[in-house]
Amino acid sequence: MRRFTWFNTTSLTLGFAFLYLPMIILVIYSFNDSKLVTVWAGFSTRWYGELIQNDAFLDAAWVTIKVAGISSTLATVLGTMAAIVMVRMGRFHGRTLFSGMIYAPLVMPEVITGLSLLLLFIGLGLDRGVFTIILAHTTFSMCYVSVVVSSRLISFDTSLEEAALDLGCSPLQAFRLVTLPIIAPAVISGWLLAFTLSLDDLVIASFTSGPSATTLPMKIWSSVRLGVSPEINALSTLMIAVVTVGVVTASLISKRAAVQQRRDEQAADRAGMA
Amino acid sequence: MAETIFAPWDDPNAKPLIRFRNVTKRFGEFTAIDDLTIDIYEREFFALLGPSGCGKTTLMRMLGGFETPTEGQIELAGKDIARVPPNKRSVNMMFQSYALFPHLSIWDNIAFGLRRGRMPKAEIANRVEEMLRLTRLEKFARRKPHQISGGQRQRVALARSLAKAPTLLLLDEPLGALDKKLRQDTQFELMDIQERTGTTFVIVTHDQEEAMTVASRVAVMEDGRIVQVATPDAIYETPNSVYVADFIGDVNIIVGRADPQGDKVHLNWAEGQPKFIGTPASPFEKGQTCHYAIRPEKISISAQKPEGATNTVEGKVLDIAYLGNISTYHVELAGGQVIKAQKANNRRISRRSFTWGDQVWLSWTDTAGILLER
Repeated sequence: MRRFTWFNTTSLTLGFAFLYLPMIILVIYSFNDSKLVTVWAGFSTRWYGELIQNDAFLDAAWVTIKVAGISSTLATVLGTMAAIVMVRMGRFHGRTLFSGMIYAPLVMPEVITGLSLLLLFIGLGLDRGVFTIILAHTTFSMCYVSVVVSSRLISFDTSLEEAALDLGCSPLQAFRLVTLPIIAPAVISGWLLAFTLSLDDLVIASFTSGPSATTLPMKIWSSVRLGVSPEINALSTLMIAVVTVGVVTASLISKRAAVQQRRDEQAADRAGMA
Repeated sequence: MAETIFAPWDDPNAKPLIRFRNVTKRFGEFTAIDDLTIDIYEREFFALLGPSGCGKTTLMRMLGGFETPTEGQIELAGKDIARVPPNKRSVNMMFQSYALFPHLSIWDNIAFGLRRGRMPKAEIANRVEEMLRLTRLEKFARRKPHQISGGQRQRVALARSLAKAPTLLLLDEPLGALDKKLRQDTQFELMDIQERTGTTFVIVTHDQEEAMTVASRVAVMEDGRIVQVATPDAIYETPNSVYVADFIGDVNIIVGRADPQGDKVHLNWAEGQPKFIGTPASPFEKGQTCHYAIRPEKISISAQKPEGATNTVEGKVLDIAYLGNISTYHVELAGGQVIKAQKANNRRISRRSFTWGDQVWLSWTDTAGILLER
């Protein structure tokens, strides 16, 4: 076994430390009894208790979840539609322009996206609030969805759709009964991606929100400016926990499905040969 | 008891099920199907045979409704279907990749087409069970497509496309993904199922052996045109061109000048050599360039000059290809022309009569060789 040479071990340790040390410190200090963030005064869960009492934080969390849920759903619908057009419609007039415009928000600085959306909303005379944040988040996250879904559609065997048409489906039925169930994992991971993007967005939300709507990242940002409180640590630890559980579950499910499928195929081939 | 031979194409009163009338299909600049006219009859097992890119798949996709012809008409049972979408025609297709729905069980795959109509549930179940029996898949009904073997998947695809009892079934290289042994078994199974259901089958293949085995008629295609349509034996015995003769099976082609003598034609193929006598496919002028086609298995090979044979020629064994059941001898004639002759290995190999470098005589009858214009 030459896998654990000192070089490999060092680079692994350094890499993990770089990625996770800040988070570990944050988690540890969330259980700190002291009011001062940097001074350890024993283990306690009092900040979690205070967090639950804090209505401002809970309101912000509710707004964030509402915005993320609605905007990621809208983005998934629009992004999937855009992906289908790009992968399936062949070389229509203006295709390059269309795909360029779909992917532009991926590389556009958030500040510019936020500012231009703000100007648009003022121009349209829309009252800024939850609704405008939802619109803004849909705009910037749909391109991520369309990237994820179109990469799945490229490897999709179109004869499956033709078979559905051949067996009497209308094009819409073929999509609903065959295409959508098969690309569902990609659509779901697109939705999850859009949800997380919306969950932790600060810049665009700051530009497009009004006095009536404050998202959790905005709330954290504004309270940190008055000094880091242990409550924030507790809140962040909870967010890390939620994200970790979600990601680990999703990857475990897809990995187990893949392993099971490979095992089935091998068994079927052996049975077919015998 | 005389059985009537199935040959509606020879009956002037028979009504074709499918008629292609001057059909042309272009993809941009490229002409995939070029002014093609053909009739296919009910209960036929019709094979479209040709190399890749000859337009056979395009022809089939037009029958399925996945392509529309640029010009011309396609009639199915007397109705023009050229522009009818796939879900509105009683034609079903078995795809090359099988296109089984991976998220549905075998049972649900077969029921998929039936559920699109207004068929009552109990009837759907009966029909699915019937199809499972027909294709011997009863045991696998609850499995998913990735849980069965390639041969079983092929049968599911067949069952699914037959479930709606289409007037016409299209098969796109249906056996391409199977290994040779399984393919041969499946060919007979296909023929059996075709006969039992009485469905008209149109099969696309590039495998000439497969086409010959299963088909009632074979259409050989080249560059978007049909070169010859005939029964498998007619295609093999009386090809109408060098292209067809060469595409189907093994053939020797000898180029020379024609010398018509009565209903036979003598071929002048080399200076000072005896002429070959053969049967012409079409009338020839004296001195016209022609191609003499002779199948290797129709040539006998012997050590002495055989008595009374119409065509005899001497040569030297250049090469021997041993194929187990038969051996192919490559014999070089005077002037460098090489002819392939086949001999069944009805003796053990150690008892072989000829070996490399031997002088041998080749002989064949005047009906074995065919003279072709091109």
